[in-house]
Amino acid sequence: MKLKGAEIILECLIREGVEVMFGYPGGAILPTYDAMTKYTDKLHHVLVRHEQGASHMADGYARATGKVGVCIATSGPGATNLITGLATAMMDSSPVVAITGQVTVPAIGSDAFQETDVTGATLPVTKHNYLVTEVEELAYIIKEAFHIARTGRPGPVLIDVPKDVQNAITEFIYPEDDIHLPGYRPPEGADDDEIEEMLDLLKNAERPVILAGHGVTMSGANAELQELAERAQIPITLTLLGKGAIPEDHPMVVGWMGMHGDAACNHAIQEADLLIALGMRFDDRVTGNIKTYSPNSKKIHIDIDPSELNKNILVDVPVAGDLKTVLRQVLPKMQDVSHPEWLNRIRDWQEDADERDILKHDTSGKLLTAQVINDLWKYTDGNAITVSDVGQHQMIEAQYYPHQRPSTMLTSGGLGTMGFGFPASIGAKFGKPEEEVWAIVGDGGFQMTLCELATARQENINVNIAIINNAFLGMVRQWQELFYDRRYQSTPMLSPDFCKLAEAYGIPSMRVTDRSQVQESVEFARSIDGPVLIEYVVEKEEMVYPMVPAGADLHDMKRRPKTGEEA
Amino acid sequence: MTIQPNPTGKITVVALVENKPGVLNRIASLFRRRAFNVDSLTVGRTHRPHVSRMTIVVDSERANPHKVAANLSKLINVIDVQILTNMPHISRDLALIKVRTDDADSRNNLTEICDLYPARIVDIGPEVAIVEMIGTEAYVAEFIERVRPLGIVEMVRTGVVAMGRGTRIYDTEYEPPVFTKNGAAKHTNVI
Ligand SMILES: Cc1ncc(C[n+]2csc(CCOP(=O)(O)OP(=O)(O)O)c2C)c(N)n1
Repeated sequence: MKLKGAEIILECLIREGVEVMFGYPGGAILPTYDAMTKYTDKLHHVLVRHEQGASHMADGYARATGKVGVCIATSGPGATNLITGLATAMMDSSPVVAITGQVTVPAIGSDAFQETDVTGATLPVTKHNYLVTEVEELAYIIKEAFHIARTGRPGPVLIDVPKDVQNAITEFIYPEDDIHLPGYRPPEGADDDEIEEMLDLLKNAERPVILAGHGVTMSGANAELQELAERAQIPITLTLLGKGAIPEDHPMVVGWMGMHGDAACNHAIQEADLLIALGMRFDDRVTGNIKTYSPNSKKIHIDIDPSELNKNILVDVPVAGDLKTVLRQVLPKMQDVSHPEWLNRIRDWQEDADERDILKHDTSGKLLTAQVINDLWKYTDGNAITVSDVGQHQMIEAQYYPHQRPSTMLTSGGLGTMGFGFPASIGAKFGKPEEEVWAIVGDGGFQMTLCELATARQENINVNIAIINNAFLGMVRQWQELFYDRRYQSTPMLSPDFCKLAEAYGIPSMRVTDRSQVQESVEFARSIDGPVLIEYVVEKEEMVYPMVPAGADLHDMKRRPKTGEEA
Repeated sequence: MTIQPNPTGKITVVALVENKPGVLNRIASLFRRRAFNVDSLTVGRTHRPHVSRMTIVVDSERANPHKVAANLSKLINVIDVQILTNMPHISRDLALIKVRTDDADSRNNLTEICDLYPARIVDIGPEVAIVEMIGTEAYVAEFIERVRPLGIVEMVRTGVVAMGRGTRIYDTEYEPPVFTKNGAAKHTNVI
């Protein structure tokens, strides 16, 4: 069958199982947009309002489904607008394929209209990228790109396709046979020595702690994690992106770790004699000062990316491998053990934290973010997919919305990209149409990508947008309060009337100023089939506690006083 | 430059890479991104037309052999990585040094020094001579210090190329897919 390059792109996407792509047209990608008219029954194109939104939607789709998300843009400015989203996906190992138009092959290097060296510019923010110069290579490259994006440690892959390659005609034969990438060999299992060393450490530990990251869900090791924790009675601490790896109400789950994580987790990590790090990467937001990090523990680290081993924290048993495979090697040989004293100590830390919970403080007459999130959790039965943005509300979402299922807590962890939440929630809803999806965003971050309200309206996509409006860039204000003597430079924020804004886009909305209205707001959102915007007008100067100041020791947390002990 | 008879603090890594445009750029970008300090980097052909070989010498202050190898291996176009640092290996650097030789004394001095090293004068005129010196990085460095008093006016070094000793052959069977004009890729060689 003779096809144009543009048609080959779409044929290949269909064969990869793609049903929806997020993009924005322009000159250099027009042949591909024109070809879309022949495939409308199989491929749905979502017209975004800014290419950054397309990249976050593809990412949100990927995070919610585990499948590859696809975004598409024209050359030059279209492609550069994708970069923030690619960097976000790269940091959180999210499988995304981006297709960009490029000027014609003969024009490359001439500073042609809308020419940018996109493969050069995206080198550091993609797992791999391609510039296609021959139409004959196109099908093969697309197949490779999807394979690379979703296997090993997943990540974004960009394919830059010059306009003349899209227009060129060739015989289309889909490369059915396997991929042959001699330089790409993700590790598989552990070797016998490594397994013995792990078993030995597990048997002899008195104060073990599991650190479970995003890799647990990505490798599908959720059941193995649970078995490990139950049989060896090891408390589980989660990273931000590890949330959902195991139901958070499971008795072995202590909570989540790091800068604004549960104090009990941070204490447990510091006091442990064995850390078992699973598919996580010892990011500085979870370690605090690495010089004093978990000083008395032996450490096992299992990760599919060998370059993560011994990168930030030196470990005793580094294992490069697929987590599920490795745990399946370990579990049959592992002895069941218990550590009741250790678990009791952790329980004490948890009880201490309970007494500092802001929900137990007298806050009458105020609407607090924690209350809003707690009530959203309650009235959505703790069962929604939440997509948070970046800032205080993000941390409070992590604190007050426990998740029971994998891939239901989506957030930009590694890059901390403001503007991610709302478009990513649209992508997530396209991937999981049967799920209730809530974007939980700050007044600051929402304004970075709010143009996608029009996309949500045009697609009639059923996402619920919860804006936590504190009239500040809250998290930055918190740092200014703590470390810059309350000099609130450039953090007070004037916002539009969000409800009127929603109205202008034809989107129903509601403003909540009192806690008693939160339940009604959820019911209202649920009653509408399509996008809804709820603005929660919360206290202006809230603080997120606990907090490990950047670079401080992990146990050295700023805490909220206990009830009755307020200054 | 001081004489370093046994340069420590250096990591020598060999990478077999696909002979494709942009691969050098990927490696340079990686090293900059990870703040690895490259001492020297050479790329050359191998006996296989589609495979190039790089020898990379990295300062060990912010890197260790595992880190360098693990990061290089993440690049899709890097077929294989070998760490030579703690393995018996041959390494060679080549320097071309232009020295002032405008009187008989300096010419004699230069000839005498060259006799003590695997160095030879490859060009000579009334004012200057070019000397070629081949050896390990340290040996070349030592030679340079010897001739420096004569007056070096121009110099270039290739950077190190290296190869492990003995029968541990470091090679790849890699052949790229062939794209036919009327069909998709055909693999001539599957690893
Ligand atoms: C694109 C981007 N720019 C700047 C920042 C730095 N930053 C982190 S949190 C934050 C404040 C976020 O404010 P808002 O969206 O209102 O959320 P809040 O913290 O008030 O919940 C800022 C500016 C960032 N993370 N991302």
